[in-house]
Amino acid sequence: MLERSVLPRKQRSTAIDGAIALIAILLIVQMWLLSAALEAFLGGHKETALPAAVISGLLLAACGALYLLIERVDRGGR
Amino acid sequence: MNPLEKPAAGPETRAEEAAPPRPLWRDEFSVLTGEERYVNRRQFGKFLALASLGMFAGNLWILLRARFAKTPPFPRVVIANAAEIPVGGARKFHYPTETDPCLLIRIDETTFVAYSQKCTHLSCAVVYSNLRKRIECPCHQGVFAVADGSVVSGPPPRPLPRVLLERKGTDLLAVGLQGGEA
Repeated sequence: MLERSVLPRKQRSTAIDGAIALIAILLIVQMWLLSAALEAFLGGHKETALPAAVISGLLLAACGALYLLIERVDRGGR
Repeated sequence: MNPLEKPAAGPETRAEEAAPPRPLWRDEFSVLTGEERYVNRRQFGKFLALASLGMFAGNLWILLRARFAKTPPFPRVVIANAAEIPVGGARKFHYPTETDPCLLIRIDETTFVAYSQKCTHLSCAVVYSNLRKRIECPCHQGVFAVADGSVVSGPPPRPLPRVLLERKGTDLLAVGLQGGEA
């Protein structure tokens, strides 16, 4: 159950903007990682696939956590 | 009755308390401008998070291909007779399948090299320039070294996949492919 946020409206807005900006940055890193992993794979270097997938999973978890934060702050403001 | 006193719960208040929870569409399509700003950003955040999931799925697909995709054994195929190719000459052949064009080049009397003919940039057919002693892609001026297929200049991101050769008498055999996804 999400707790009601006690932040004022302006601070909630700043928190949501910051979280979205962070997600966007993480997504750009993930896009770069995917293209680099694909490039290496097509070049015959299969050993890079595992660390790339692990790091991409961690970035996904971070993005998911930030999205949940947005949900929490947003829902708490209503 | 005291005007400051709260009225007793009437039928309307009881109806509000008993009202069902707010439907999801009211959250997603808010009629209040102030709330709409929140909803839009939340939707954008959801879109970004889903895009992140897509990136992860792509990486996972690469991992599965790298771990579990079986590499078919390369056939041993006679591709040319060494005597037929002059020094500095080149010949086209297909390996490992009929849809994979390759280039066999005779660098000197005893040295033969062979590479995939598909440029690693956009798969144009590369050609050997005996004049400049290099392999060139005419589409975007990509240049590869003839000795090892490495990129000398231009947009190609990777070396040309190399066909492994064996010599059996005067016959040249292709026995494998090095570099590039098999």
